[in-house]
Amino acid sequence: MSTIKRLVTLTGAFLTGITLQGLAIAQTELSLWYHGAGNPVERELVNKIIVDYNNSQKDFRVVIEEFPQESYNASVTAAALAGNLPDIIDVDGPIMPNWAWSKYLAPLQIDQATLNKMLPGSIGSWNGATYSVGLWDAACAIYARRSVLEANGIRVPTLSNPWTKDEFDQLLVKLQGTGQFEYAFDPGMAWTGEWYAYAFGPMMQSAGGDLVNTAENRADGTINGDSAVSFGVWWQSLFSRKLAPGTSQDGGDRETGFLDGRYALQLNGNWAALPALEKFGDDMLFLPAVDFGNGPKIGAASWQFGVSTSSKHKGAANEFIQFMLQDKYFADFSDGIGLIPPTAASAEMSSKYRKGGALEVFFKLSEAQATLRAVTPGYVVASAEFEKAMSDIANGGDVLNALDAAADAIDSDIEKNGGYR
Amino acid sequence: MATHSPLKLHNRSGWLMAGPAFLLIFTFMILPFLMAFGFAFTNQRLISPNPTEFVGTKNFEAMLGFSFLTLEAELQSDGSIKRNSQGEPIFPRLRSFTRNEKEYPQHFRKRDWFFWEHEESKRTYVLVADILFMKALFNTVVFVAMVAPLQAGLALLLALLINQPLRGINFFRTIYFMPVVISMVVVSMLWRFIYDGQNGLLNSLLDMFSFGVIPPVDWLGNPSTALSAIIAMSVWQGVGFHMVIWLSGLQTIPGTLYEAAKIEGASRWQVFRYITWPGLRNTAILVMVIITMQAFTLYPQVQVMTRGGPLDSTQSLVFQMVIRGYEKQDIAGGSAISVFLFLFVLSISLFQRWITRERK
Amino acid sequence: MSKQERLLRMTGQYLLLSWIALIFVFPIIFMVVSSLKPDLQLLRDSASFRAFLPVGDISFENYESAFGRAPIIRFLFNSVLITAVTLLCSLLVCSLGAFAFVFLNWFGRELLLTLILATFIVPFETIAIPLLMIVNSLPWIGLDGIYFGWLNSYQVQIIPFIADALTVFLFVQYFRDLPIELVEAARAEGASWGQVYRKIVIPLSGPVLATAAILKFLMMYNNQFLWPIIVVQEETYRPIMVGLQYFFQLNTAWGEIMAYLTIITVPVLIFYLTLQRAFIASIAATGVKG
Repeated sequence: MSTIKRLVTLTGAFLTGITLQGLAIAQTELSLWYHGAGNPVERELVNKIIVDYNNSQKDFRVVIEEFPQESYNASVTAAALAGNLPDIIDVDGPIMPNWAWSKYLAPLQIDQATLNKMLPGSIGSWNGATYSVGLWDAACAIYARRSVLEANGIRVPTLSNPWTKDEFDQLLVKLQGTGQFEYAFDPGMAWTGEWYAYAFGPMMQSAGGDLVNTAENRADGTINGDSAVSFGVWWQSLFSRKLAPGTSQDGGDRETGFLDGRYALQLNGNWAALPALEKFGDDMLFLPAVDFGNGPKIGAASWQFGVSTSSKHKGAANEFIQFMLQDKYFADFSDGIGLIPPTAASAEMSSKYRKGGALEVFFKLSEAQATLRAVTPGYVVASAEFEKAMSDIANGGDVLNALDAAADAIDSDIEKNGGYR
Repeated sequence: MATHSPLKLHNRSGWLMAGPAFLLIFTFMILPFLMAFGFAFTNQRLISPNPTEFVGTKNFEAMLGFSFLTLEAELQSDGSIKRNSQGEPIFPRLRSFTRNEKEYPQHFRKRDWFFWEHEESKRTYVLVADILFMKALFNTVVFVAMVAPLQAGLALLLALLINQPLRGINFFRTIYFMPVVISMVVVSMLWRFIYDGQNGLLNSLLDMFSFGVIPPVDWLGNPSTALSAIIAMSVWQGVGFHMVIWLSGLQTIPGTLYEAAKIEGASRWQVFRYITWPGLRNTAILVMVIITMQAFTLYPQVQVMTRGGPLDSTQSLVFQMVIRGYEKQDIAGGSAISVFLFLFVLSISLFQRWITRERK
Repeated sequence: MSKQERLLRMTGQYLLLSWIALIFVFPIIFMVVSSLKPDLQLLRDSASFRAFLPVGDISFENYESAFGRAPIIRFLFNSVLITAVTLLCSLLVCSLGAFAFVFLNWFGRELLLTLILATFIVPFETIAIPLLMIVNSLPWIGLDGIYFGWLNSYQVQIIPFIADALTVFLFVQYFRDLPIELVEAARAEGASWGQVYRKIVIPLSGPVLATAAILKFLMMYNNQFLWPIIVVQEETYRPIMVGLQYFFQLNTAWGEIMAYLTIITVPVLIFYLTLQRAFIASIAATGVKG
């Protein structure tokens, strides 16, 4: 071959090689960790978004790794200790301040316009910056059956006219008195863990108390203040009067008690709404929270996505999150797992949350009553202490002592961490 | 007993053969334990942007600290003792002493553990800095004290029962061993169903066998029954293993001794006391040592079934360690408990060895 | 004793044995039978004797769903692989070490043995986090060269557990009761320590090998929870106990849980039943020497 030809061939090969290499390099992987392992519906939904994203551009490829929810936090913590966090992590709303403080999460760079259209409960902010955003919000309601209420002459509460504490107390006694039910009300003591702070915390907030006074960074006086204590006393009476199953309730009963008609009312989240709707259809009611004195409140903030500080592709990670925030995906998730779509537009698109939809009420509940759980890195400890206090009170322990103990433990922890600044 | 030639040292071979085992154990158990030991003297967190600092014995003070407080009953205006509806004297609330950092710093944030009354109107309270730790310690010791003799004793009885030349006895031996091969976590989950207060199997069975006389009991929800329920379940799971150990011990006792006893017309109790029991001495030591050490690490049952409740009646040391270290992110606090546990169990096993040493 | 009395006595004994057997086996029957029932029925039946009877809506549906929810085969494979490798290495390493502790005289022998046995007292949760930090900085030679950090691998679930105090203790106790004369005779004939180990001690160690094998198997198969959660972030390497959590998501799938538990108990039972005779005989032997 002549020299020139050889040169051209070589150059050609060289250039092809580089281009191929280049193409391979250009497809950077973005790792995403999700807490939904074991839930085939969620897996499908998240994968659909990922496939759509991967197809929409050539530079980045999102790869997902699923984790079981129960040990997800432990896995992330261990990975952080080992310096092994992915690009995008999924975080449970109230834990977010803790991870942001520990520098796991970096502030998000998402369009403010997009965020403005979303329910406040689906956005995670701390210390002036937004760190996470979710594709749904979750809400709690009191599950009831219209037929049961009517048969006992109990009025159906509305958002503008919820049950008051006394009203609630009286109707529970009445329902228990009918003898038809094992228990009048099931708060869900079998679900130990975050559920207590999520479901019962707002009740205490409604009574005027809270877990921590985040402004003053102190729990003493708040979780064991007068309003909290009076709530605790009422809480204890629920169990001592046998109106509600206590801490030894087993998981099975919690799942089937209401559906089987053994519990008259049940406090539950909207992720359990679909089976209830299936069973009771039109008879099924999702009632707003009780007003314990300071306005009815329910928990807010569920799992949200954030970008990790150690990510080398923060720009792309943020882009992916931005991509996820589309109404059609919100509606898909809502249809799939029954959770609240975070924008009005997506609510209209979803089958359950549109006007006239069976779960429409949850959207309004979330809008009207959702109260964030204490936004502080100390939440992890606060939630655990609150859980223990509620549990001990339910078991008959002295109310003031239990709340004092929780206050002390929370404050100790805050002090030990330099105020979590 | 094998002994070694005191004359020749085989250093190279010795180190070569024991090397791998020791290297592995050192790297993966001793080294991390030393680190954990070190953590107990710092303020190490699981997650924190702040660097770890050395804090000396603060963690141990927070764990073991205690104080005494003597209170007098409240008096009415005429000087007689105020009493409540049950006729008991009313004492001032402890809160005024334990939540008052300025006036009573020594009692600050402590909780009352127990008290004793001397003279009708005086009580001395023992206040402790870490009541969960104390309760965990107490419960763990109770657990060990009950499980050890119970499990060892029942295992021995079963071994005696199985040690008979009946046909198909091996089948029963296998069945009795079954629970051992199932993970304690799985066992805890299954037994949760069984212990359920409303619909539990145990209550149904009791109801049936007693013809409705015995009322249903909320086994795991009642502070007085929860720990016993866990004890029963733990014994159930472990007894098969120790039964087999006893069995082997039994089978080494020479049959001739039994024959001689039969000829002399010894009663069954005498046979057991003078022939069987002495022959089981070594086995007994092995069984007790293993049961005791393992019982101190009570954890999975508590985690799955009761989470320390109800009212702290099932708190255990390892459970508190895990809660503090992993759930409340306080690694230093968790390590402090580990250090305590290690030293505590070490002293007990040394004590056991001393008690059972062979007097030659 | 007359023939009739003997017969009566035997019947009585069998009855007693059977009642006791029921106590030991009923939760397992409950588990297996429940795995065949749909969730609602399962929970309802758990209140009565029906819990032990395969009545009602019986099917293998739970098993089908369980396979759809979690990659059970992969988890089983991982657990069996990890357990088998750890087991084999452990038997070798620990018996070798125990041999040296018992039959050889060397500098540091007592100290090392005491240190090793002391670790028996330490629960794993204590050392989990420091161990994480250690394994994260250890080097490993893989197909793509040397790299640091053992996370997300099989070796991180195997190597830290190869040597443990209990296994060493079992071997030490057993070896101490072997007749020393055999060893001394072999040494007098000029055998190396390796040969003594291979040709004399190990052939006599059937019972303790079986015991150590079963114990190690149970430890690695049944009790691996915390560690895999901490060090394995990829599904491909997860063992069965982490997989159990897949069934506790939004709505607990009790029937599937029972199915999953039944499935994972199968390898243990197989291993146990095969080794049973050797095992029971071996626990016996070790117990005596104790």
